[in-house]
Amino acid sequence: MIRRLFLIGAALAFLVLFLFVPLAAIFAEAFRRGAGAYFASFRDPDALSAIRLTLLAAAIAVPLNLVFGVAAAWAIAKFDFAGKSLLTSLIDLPFAVSPVVSGLIYVLLFGAQSWLGPWLSAHHIKIIFAVPGIVLATLFVTFPFVARELIPLMQSQGRDEEIAAVSLGASGWQTFLRVTLPNVKWGLLYGVILCNARAMGEFGAVSVVSGHIRGETTTLPLHVEILYNEYNFVAAFAVASLLALLALVTLGLKSFVEWRMNP
Amino acid sequence: MENEPMSIEVARVSKKFGAFPALDDVSLKLETGELVALLGPSGSGKTTLLRLIGGLEQQESGRIFFDGADAANISIRERQAGFVFQHYALFRHMSVLKNVAFGLSVRPRAKRPPRAEIERRARELLKLVQLEGVERRLPAQLSGGQRQRVALARALAIEPRVLLLDEPFGALDAKVRKELRRWLRKLHDTLRITTVFVTHDQEEALEIADRVVVMNQGRIEQIGAPREVYDHPASAFVCRFIGNVNEVGAAFIRPHDVEITSRRNGAPSLDAVVEFVNTAGAVAKMDLRLEGSGELLEAELPRSREAELALKPGDRAFVKFRDVRTFPS
Repeated sequence: MIRRLFLIGAALAFLVLFLFVPLAAIFAEAFRRGAGAYFASFRDPDALSAIRLTLLAAAIAVPLNLVFGVAAAWAIAKFDFAGKSLLTSLIDLPFAVSPVVSGLIYVLLFGAQSWLGPWLSAHHIKIIFAVPGIVLATLFVTFPFVARELIPLMQSQGRDEEIAAVSLGASGWQTFLRVTLPNVKWGLLYGVILCNARAMGEFGAVSVVSGHIRGETTTLPLHVEILYNEYNFVAAFAVASLLALLALVTLGLKSFVEWRMNP
Repeated sequence: MENEPMSIEVARVSKKFGAFPALDDVSLKLETGELVALLGPSGSGKTTLLRLIGGLEQQESGRIFFDGADAANISIRERQAGFVFQHYALFRHMSVLKNVAFGLSVRPRAKRPPRAEIERRARELLKLVQLEGVERRLPAQLSGGQRQRVALARALAIEPRVLLLDEPFGALDAKVRKELRRWLRKLHDTLRITTVFVTHDQEEALEIADRVVVMNQGRIEQIGAPREVYDHPASAFVCRFIGNVNEVGAAFIRPHDVEITSRRNGAPSLDAVVEFVNTAGAVAKMDLRLEGSGELLEAELPRSREAELALKPGDRAFVKFRDVRTFPS
């Protein structure tokens, strides 16, 4: 009994110390000069631009990774083909490498010193230190989320229902839309929520390719860093509080979807 | 039903899974409208044969003909083979009604009946399989026997020209099994669709099939009417697999062909000692040890005869065989 209380107490203390206190600190710091100063932080054009860029990156990365994740999971879970295990490990690659390395890959590929660099600059295409680089880096670091969520779910459901659908005359596309997809819809939503949270919150990979041009190539997490380095704490924490809110909303949605997945 | 049921011919079909020969040079002809059981132990190739007919697997060699047309040119979508899977494979997120309607609702627009007509047909099929009142339920909310019938109604909805059932009663308890297989036989008598079902249960096969195909190690051992297969097994395997059998030397003797007397009556007989008597059941069962060879013999006799003999374990008895079979090895 005492041991159990101790364990629960230790877990609670840990949560309070490392989660609730920092979370509260973000909001306390953000509101230190009152609500007026808090909301003024979002009227700053650079902050607005960072919000827009974050939304843009997520708006491109999430749908693309949704399509890619579903396609990859479908192929891996429902079919046998050569190179299947290679594809499975490739999907995990962004989880395995450091985000900074992920960013560096793009600098090495598309940067001014890369072998593509001269061709790109000759055609006035700017990828690194520009919006396309940020979108690419976001795409890369978020691509495992949907596939990783769906593969085990689809594998556990087996292929029987698909085979039944085909034997009843359904085409491949009809089978996918009417049988496979509805069976995994909650898992899919779960993957999308996590993918979105990461797309909006990604720092490392984006930081490498961004170049930190204020008002142009800073996303929300990068903007927080810039403000903080300038000792503009109220604004830094105000913007950070947006990301914290996003995390809370994500947690709420995630719990709801988990509850729907296991009724 | 719009489509005529069809005849199926399997000609010299072989199929391997890796190095394992699942089917080895199998030929078989199924007549229009008949109910055929593929019977055999696990690994005998019966399910593989069913899946080949349904187009779910491809054979390595040999051909399959549907009404004389090579099935290789008929895609699984066009085969109109109603498949009922061992674990039903119902669409878990769809209501019973939607499950049954699926085959009609995925037809190309030109061939698809109007929505109201699809629903009417699905309801009609649910009535046929005696499942009215559960249209809105999900498969998970049904009993095993009910799921089985939904799977059958779903397969019937595409107006199949052949029905293929993989261990249709395998996952059900004994009582439901018995009811359902009689019901399936009756349904077949009404619909007259060429039907093939896979089973490892000889009782099931003998009870409802018009013909039984006994399979072993990827080959067909015998094809025949249930009585024929039981009374005239073509091989030692069939004799062992269907019904109980005693093997005395090279001779095969059914337990009910063992005649027992308590006294020598002049006719040639073998000496034996009673080891065990069980009178609980429709017939009395007796185990006897043959003197000399020491072989154990199982006998079945009417309970009235057993009472007459009044033999106990340890008693001396004399046995004769009414019918003895031998097979070239």
